[in-house]
Parts: sequence; structure tokens; C-alpha cells
Amino acid sequence: MLQQSSVASHVPAIKASAVLQAAFAVLLGVMLVGFTGFAHVEAVHNAAHDTRHASGFPCH
Amino acid sequence: MSVFRSIVFTAAAAGLLVGLTVTGLQQVRAVPLILKAEVYEQKAEAAPAAPAALAPHAHEPGVAPHSHAESAAPHEHGAAWQPAEGFQRNAFTALFNVVTWIGFGLGLAGLMVIARRPATWREGLIWGLGGFAALTLAPSIGLPPELPGMPAADVVARQFWWVGAALSTAMGLGLIALTRAPLPCIAGALLLVAPHLVGAPQPPTAESAVPDAMARDFVTAVMVSAFVSWALLGALTGFFLNRFRGSESEA
Repeated sequence: MLQQSSVASHVPAIKASAVLQAAFAVLLGVMLVGFTGFAHVEAVHNAAHDTRHASGFPCH
Repeated sequence: MSVFRSIVFTAAAAGLLVGLTVTGLQQVRAVPLILKAEVYEQKAEAAPAAPAALAPHAHEPGVAPHSHAESAAPHEHGAAWQPAEGFQRNAFTALFNVVTWIGFGLGLAGLMVIARRPATWREGLIWGLGGFAALTLAPSIGLPPELPGMPAADVVARQFWWVGAALSTAMGLGLIALTRAPLPCIAGALLLVAPHLVGAPQPPTAESAVPDAMARDFVTAVMVSAFVSWALLGALTGFFLNRFRGSESEA
């Protein structure tokens, strides 16, 4: 991956891989926000309580 | 640096800075209001004969039967762990803010790369404002930020509508901003209004343990801190993406 992205010419394979990597990053972001803002685990809710209210996430 | 790595570094740096900034902003207005609202909430819970709140009332069809003993005391969570008041509680708020904004940063940076937009702070700022529109403004039209002790519909129903409104708005903005053909733009406009035509789940009662003035203040406080945070996240994301990806981002 490191070698690929340092190549100046952009063959479609590299672009597809870049899109795939970026999509994976987006998915990771969705999972993080899902955990902090939406998880129903009691202890997580209690710890994230003020973050959820003060960010406008739905809370109990 | 691989694309994934540069996005993760970007999101970590921008998310950390924004998460700490928003934690400071929240301490000014939002968190004091939450603590004050909890006093009202506990007072309402302690007064079992509050006539209006416990008066029998009809629900619209489709509303599941529920115990008001439970919904009137939403913050009593039995024996589940919760952070100690004061420093520990605020430390967890800071931690969760940072993780949340790293998550938003991953989304923003990832989508900027997928859309092949130039990585500059200026471009990032526009994306940040789009994030504010999709993840703060649109959900807040139907579900204004609420304090503890305010009446609210079932939490799963609200989460479902909230996520739907955010996704629909994000896709609508994306279609309008990134395409030129008329049809995708019309579809984008429809996606922007769709969540509000569907409508957010409404609270079962108008009775609130919290004074209206406080609720209004809270909405303003959340909106202001979210606006600053999204603008900052966008600009920082563009800036760091440029630093970590360099000229590759022009591809």
C-alpha cells in the first residue's frame, strides 16, 4: 500500500484501493459514533450521558 | 503514507483538538444546565403525586403500553455503574467527546477522499458546515436537544429517526453539492425534506419537569457549541489531510 500510493501515475486499481480504504475509515467513524452516541449498554450510557445530551443525541 | 493511515491520523489530530474544545465550550452553558435540570428531574421524581404527570391519558394507536413509573424516572438505572460526580463525570464527558469527534473526523476525511476533493482547510470548512447541517441542524429540527427530565418518545424510535434524518440530509447535500445533472439534484432536495415530512417521534406528554426557559437556553447552547465544533473540525480535517496526504490528495 505504501509503495502504491507513492507512485505518481494513477492506475484505476490504486484509485479503487484508495476509495476502499477511505470507505473503511468512514465505517470506523460510524462505529465510534455509534458506540459513544447510541449504544444501549447501561454503563456506556451513564459515562456518555453528558456528551449525548450536550451533542443533541437522543438520550433517555 | 497509505490513504487509510493518513485519514486516521487526520481524524485523530482534528478529533482530539475539537473534542477538547467542545468539552470546554460545554462547561460554559450546556453542562451546568444539565446538572440544574437533574435537580428538577429528581424533584419531580421525589414528588409522586405530581397530578398532571401521572394523570391517566390516552396514547395514539401504535404507542406501546409503558409504565410511567419507569419513564418518569429515566435516570434511575438501578445498580449499573456510573461515574462519580465531579471530576470523574467530566473526564468521561471529555473522553466521549474526543472519541465522538474522532469518529466524525473519520467520516468527514473519508468522504472528502472518496469525493476526490482538494484537501485544504477552506474546502474542509465547507464540509464541516455540511456536517453541522446533517448531524446537528437536521436532527434538531424534529428532535431539539433535550435536557434530562424533559418528556420524550421512546429512545429507540428517536434514535432511528435521528440517524435517518442525518443520513438523508448528508446524502441530499452530497447529491446537490457534488453532481451537476438535474435529476440527482432533485433527488437531493427530496432527501433534504423527507425526514421532516415523515416527522420525528413526539413526546407522549407536554408536561416537563424542566422550565421552558432552561430548555430554550440548552438548545441555544448545544447549537452554538456544535456549530463552532463542526466548523473547526472541517477546517482542521482539511488542514491535516493536506499535511498527511500532501499532493496525493489532488488525485
